[in-house]
Amino acid sequence: MKIKKNMPLIDQHNKSGFWGGKFGGNFIPETLKKPVEDLEILFSKLRNNKSFIFERDNYFKNWVGSPTRFIKLENLTNHLRGAQIWSKVVSDANGGAHKIYNATVHCLIAKRAGKKYIVGDTGAGYAGKMLSMAAKKFGLKCKIFMGAKDIKRQGPNVRAMKKNLAEVVPVYTGSQTLVDAVSECMRYWVSNCDTTHMCVGSTVGPNIFVKICGWSTSQISRELCIQIKEEFGKIPKKLKLINCVGGGSSSFGFWNEFMHYDKKKVEFIGVEAGGPKKSKRHAAPLTYGSKIGVLHGAMQYVNQDKMGQIEETKSISAGLDYPGVSPLHCFLKDAKRARYTAATDEDALKAYQLVTKYENLNPSLEPSHAFAEAIKIAPKLSNDTIIIVNSCGDAKKDRDILRKKLGKKYENSN
Amino acid sequence: MRTQISLAFEKAKKENRPALLTYTVAGDNTKKKSLEILNYISKNIDICELGFPHNTPIGDGGEIQTSSYRAIKNGIKMNDIFQIVKKYKRNKFSKPVILMGYYNMIYQFGEKKFLNKCKKTGIDGLIVVDLPWPENKVFANKCKKKSISFIQLLSPTTSKIRLKKIVKDSHEMIYYISMLSTTGGKLKVSPKKILKNYYKIKKINPKKNCVIGFGITEKTIPKLKSADGLVVGSAICKEITRSLNNRQNPVTNVGKLVIKLKKNTL
Repeated sequence: MKIKKNMPLIDQHNKSGFWGGKFGGNFIPETLKKPVEDLEILFSKLRNNKSFIFERDNYFKNWVGSPTRFIKLENLTNHLRGAQIWSKVVSDANGGAHKIYNATVHCLIAKRAGKKYIVGDTGAGYAGKMLSMAAKKFGLKCKIFMGAKDIKRQGPNVRAMKKNLAEVVPVYTGSQTLVDAVSECMRYWVSNCDTTHMCVGSTVGPNIFVKICGWSTSQISRELCIQIKEEFGKIPKKLKLINCVGGGSSSFGFWNEFMHYDKKKVEFIGVEAGGPKKSKRHAAPLTYGSKIGVLHGAMQYVNQDKMGQIEETKSISAGLDYPGVSPLHCFLKDAKRARYTAATDEDALKAYQLVTKYENLNPSLEPSHAFAEAIKIAPKLSNDTIIIVNSCGDAKKDRDILRKKLGKKYENSN
Repeated sequence: MRTQISLAFEKAKKENRPALLTYTVAGDNTKKKSLEILNYISKNIDICELGFPHNTPIGDGGEIQTSSYRAIKNGIKMNDIFQIVKKYKRNKFSKPVILMGYYNMIYQFGEKKFLNKCKKTGIDGLIVVDLPWPENKVFANKCKKKSISFIQLLSPTTSKIRLKKIVKDSHEMIYYISMLSTTGGKLKVSPKKILKNYYKIKKINPKKNCVIGFGITEKTIPKLKSADGLVVGSAICKEITRSLNNRQNPVTNVGKLVIKLKKNTL
């Protein structure tokens, strides 16, 4: 499996929509064939349309707030005494996470498609919050599907969605988390695809949704590429880009512009959710060698039993609590362009404490997984190695969990 | 050679009624009970669809999801499903069996092994909800080689050109989804409009047996009688759920429901 040069990764799929000949595709009911095809045609036109790009960039700049900061974590670097640790603070973006890019683009597409309604799924609640924000901004009626368990543990984001006038639909089936929210959202779209646009919250789902999301979040690495060159004059010789991976939207966007650099020069490290220590349940299909199967319309590495039933996952981080992973990451893994590893709930919590102790940064539990890996490897590396962690979400939404898990220690640090 | 599925349609046509197809989930609520249901209703139906349950179905509504989760919870495995069909086929009133489900189950079982097992068990047809045309061409051909009918799905969103191409590639039976909905939705389109689309399909090739499914109940059957066949699924799953909740025997209750359905096709 090889990555082609001079072609965006999102376009390196075959006619049937498979990356590397086997990941992705369109495993969808007949009813969705037409709306998916319509969306494919519309997106391929819009991404080459100057006025659309202008509109997107304008909203990214003036509404989302780009570029987000690129900062050195001086204290953390000094504490760990090894590689330099930097962060791309994507949580600066309007709403507090990278999900705003995909949400904005989907709303712009929905407008062009003449749709009045937009629906989406959410795990941590960020995808839902951003979609509700963007929908309100662009005058679309919005419905968000969210697992009942996630509604309980991500209260602040649920309140934000409701404030933005979105209808939050609790999903009670299965594990009552992201996987069920995505299923329910797709089912809703099957019944309403004539009037409604669907926004899949990550680089998952049928081929076109993977592409749109990857195309949108790539804004992160476009900014970063410029910022790195400004800071260092060129791309450093030893660069490591560390990002958490759930569905894989922030990590893909964080890496995209660096895809064609030699991996010895620019290394990609994806950190999945390992779940609670000693628990067999995890949300790390790439790290722990899950089998290939179909989930939500796409072929991918996915946690499943022998029969092909999708397995429940467990993670402290709702945004990473997903049994599958983007076909793009399956491709990057098999092409050996990216390396994947996992951090446990405990690792992530420790990393959160260390980062907040030394830096004026408040990464949510998702990027805390990425920080855990950075903290682990930094002391073993030389000072000319540049580690950049994508701090892709803000921990405001996690305050209930953090308070429960860390108690007084959390209150003191905030 | 005419297949068992074709013969079932011919028989119904001779009796001047649409063929009645029922859908139940294998293993709902137990392996034993789901076999008993099939045996009990067999006399009054023409073809039985048997679902192999999946826990992340993207095309099914609440009733079938409930049945599926129940079956999975009770530990149903692929081999149990083949066992159920094998035992059912011993019934002298047994009808053609169409397995219906999602591609991941087939993929994990192994396409080849799955088709061999289907052939050996006497399965007559297959519906794979999330394997649309043209992606299903290769698999459909493999089915044909084993004399298993691959049933193509058509929906109100299927374009005219696509309709023609799919009908051309289809085997003896096609399945028209009545409306934009998951299974078990309330019929939100008039029967007249559904039949109008149905006749568009029939016009492309009148020889293909075309059934209508989604939103078919005791009440809607009389208005759609002119179709080659009608599929009732969620209404039956709902009856099983209702029976279990009321501590009644789902076998006899489903039996009674099927008699009513049959009556309305006449």
